[in-house]
Amino acid sequence: MATLEVEGLAKSFGGVRAVQGVSFTVQPGEMLALIGPNGAGKSTCFNMLNGQLRPDAGVVKLLGRPITGLAPRAVWRLGVGRTFQITATFGSMTVLENVQMALLSHQRRLGGLWRPVARMDAAPARALLERLGMAEQAARPCGILAYGDLKRVELAIALANAPKLLLMDEPTAGMAPQERVALMALTAAIARESGIAVLFTEHDMDVVFAHADRILVLDRGALIAEGAPAAVRADPRVREVYLGSGAVTGAH
Amino acid sequence: MENLVLQALSGLASASSLFLVASGLTVIFGVSRVVNFAHGSLYMLGAYLAWTLVTSLPRGHLGFWGGVLGAAVLVGLIGLVVEVLLLRRIYRAPELFQLLATFGVVLIVQDLALLTWGAQDLLGPRAPGLRGSTEILGLRFPLYELFLIGVGPVVLGLLWLLFHRTRWGTLVRAATQDREMVGALGVNQRMLFTSVFFLGSLLAGLGGALQLPRESVNLHMDLSIITEAFVVVVVGGLGSLSGAALAALLIGELHAFGILIVPKITLVLVFLVMAIVLVVRPHGLLGKPEAAARGGQGSAEPLVGPAPAALRWAALAAALLAVAVPPFLGDYGISVLTEMAIFVLFAASLHLIMGPGGMASFGHAAYFGLGAYGAALAAQWLGAPMLAGLAIAPVMAGIFGLVFGFFCVRLSGVYSAMLTLAFAQIAWSVAFQWVEVTGGDNGILGVWPDAWAAPKLVYYYLALGLCLGATLLLRRVIHAPFGYALRAQRDSSLRAEAIGIDAFRIRWLGFGLAAAAAGVAGGLFAYGKGSVFPTYMGIPRSVDALLMVLLGGVQTLSGPIVGALAFTGLQEQLVRLTDLWRLVLGCVIVALVLFFPQGLAGAARARWEASRGDA
Repeated sequence: MATLEVEGLAKSFGGVRAVQGVSFTVQPGEMLALIGPNGAGKSTCFNMLNGQLRPDAGVVKLLGRPITGLAPRAVWRLGVGRTFQITATFGSMTVLENVQMALLSHQRRLGGLWRPVARMDAAPARALLERLGMAEQAARPCGILAYGDLKRVELAIALANAPKLLLMDEPTAGMAPQERVALMALTAAIARESGIAVLFTEHDMDVVFAHADRILVLDRGALIAEGAPAAVRADPRVREVYLGSGAVTGAH
Repeated sequence: MENLVLQALSGLASASSLFLVASGLTVIFGVSRVVNFAHGSLYMLGAYLAWTLVTSLPRGHLGFWGGVLGAAVLVGLIGLVVEVLLLRRIYRAPELFQLLATFGVVLIVQDLALLTWGAQDLLGPRAPGLRGSTEILGLRFPLYELFLIGVGPVVLGLLWLLFHRTRWGTLVRAATQDREMVGALGVNQRMLFTSVFFLGSLLAGLGGALQLPRESVNLHMDLSIITEAFVVVVVGGLGSLSGAALAALLIGELHAFGILIVPKITLVLVFLVMAIVLVVRPHGLLGKPEAAARGGQGSAEPLVGPAPAALRWAALAAALLAVAVPPFLGDYGISVLTEMAIFVLFAASLHLIMGPGGMASFGHAAYFGLGAYGAALAAQWLGAPMLAGLAIAPVMAGIFGLVFGFFCVRLSGVYSAMLTLAFAQIAWSVAFQWVEVTGGDNGILGVWPDAWAAPKLVYYYLALGLCLGATLLLRRVIHAPFGYALRAQRDSSLRAEAIGIDAFRIRWLGFGLAAAAAGVAGGLFAYGKGSVFPTYMGIPRSVDALLMVLLGGVQTLSGPIVGALAFTGLQEQLVRLTDLWRLVLGCVIVALVLFFPQGLAGAARARWEASRGDA
């Protein structure tokens, strides 16, 4: 069964039809990229998938179960991890504590009034950070972290509830080029290994064509192409949308 | 019918005066985001200066109107000086810290006005040409009131022209919407802020000066107008001029007709209205949701870690002193220490909301008072023994904390804080007016501890034990997952929601917990004093709690403790030493704000960390 099924998703802001009639599926272990020029509706699409925005029409199904209109926290409980375009972490906590919060919430232990967090078992959080190469930064406050590192922390947080679906909005924005490739390679490895379906948006076409199994192209709110990277690269409509930028050919 | 028309007209006159003050406040807030508590003081200064000018200038039109306008301009200049000397330096400090600074100014102005004009009420002359009254529908109506009705719309019109037809006004409107963007466009923000402050203060001064022919000038004008002005500004929507006008109209008329319909309700009517408006419209009648602040990753709050060894030793030493010294003190000393212990818990409970919770409360005294009344009512009506009373106190405060909190924690920032104030005032007025049950203004007397706890020293140890225990419990909660969840929703509501945290529920329960803790403090206070009065829930006590937390520092766990001890000790000593304690306290507060913007404990921590870094 597909991890995520989206049918006829639509959203308008005033008279602007930001997203119209978008349908697609993501399979377990698959890396699906959602690309398109600025303003194509990528973020709107994303925000409807995890409940931050309520769609005007359409259905979102997680493992066959409709989740349309649920609050983000309810969607998360069903196994959807999320990273943000502009990172959102808890600045007054250390990297380790940030990951611990997600784990504690997953175990429904946030009501605890007595046992200090500092004395709780941090091994699972450390293991996650280890995996993402952030173990050395575990004790640093998130408030003073470099942006690229924050992106890794976000990924660690998103993986804390053993998600079935990972939504990553521009996961490598603000990172150095080598870092980008490394992070996405790691994400792809984790996804395949644990059967996590990954949907991500991205502006860096090198990253997209190197790591996506399949690509969706969004333009002015509608899907204009879908398929394997080679097919999408050759698609004349995609070329037209990106005309002149040279981005799709991978030349910078 | 004729009566109603006249009542409506006098409501319009009050609305007009109210609008003058509120418009200044809302313009200042819109641009600088400063919650200016001192705005009422500027209003009062306007009235006093107008009295001085009008009575010393030659009588007649020129003397009167010149005096009124002169006073307004002088007050504008005073506001300008306050902005340049004080507020300009602390725009980057947290919102509530600026409130603390302006409260320092309130205290200073009160004593300076007392020194200059004395304690007696001053009566000003009538306005020349507007002394008499006119006939409306066969009833007499004062001409001056009619004149005031005209002033409001005229000022509104002039302000509208100023904001929509001049370059300066456009900049002010732009800065109200997006301060950073205006700065990025190369506008001199300092000049803009200072000039806005001048205008806002001038309006406050004008509002005060125009009251001269209407009522006597006295030292209570500042606080009585500031609450109403805040209500108007919040009901209208922060930063919205037309909102302020609408709200002033609403409040003015409600006052006028409330007296006719339910005289008893007038004390609380405005707060009831504010509560209803905020519950239905979380950003006031015409306000807009505040744009989310741009993510400044560097400005994060500090971590919460275990206390360093040195602090632990200091705390232990302080606790030992608190246990060992009192047997050698007299009754007075012991009761001062008892109060200190109680206020430490009171401040710590507010800190849970303000620090980790990231919410502000202007009405925390409600829960202190509800605890006190819970204990006292149980003693009076059920004959409950002391320990039962002390157990009822947190339950009563906690239940009301959950009920009021249910509405308050949905809102954000100043709106949320003002809603807590509204509920506190409603609770206060119930205690004040439900005479059959609460004894009204006379309070409930004879709430004494049981025989075993009657000696002052024994009661002190009981209070110390309970307060210390509860304060440590709150600390424990902050270190536990629940406290972390509170901070999580404060740091990033987006991320908190994305990892399954229900921010509303966490804030709500946090509010209830803080209320219950304040209730313990209130119950102990009731038995310590032997009586309970409505003032326990009054605005001044809520302000005291705010001062304690802010003085100590919101961002450190020891802040509220240090702040409570410093504030109670300082006030106690100052009141004994000098009549001008407000002036001294105000100056101390202003100095603290300027030199220790992180609070006392925050400053100590910064110094300690710096010294460790050097080593």
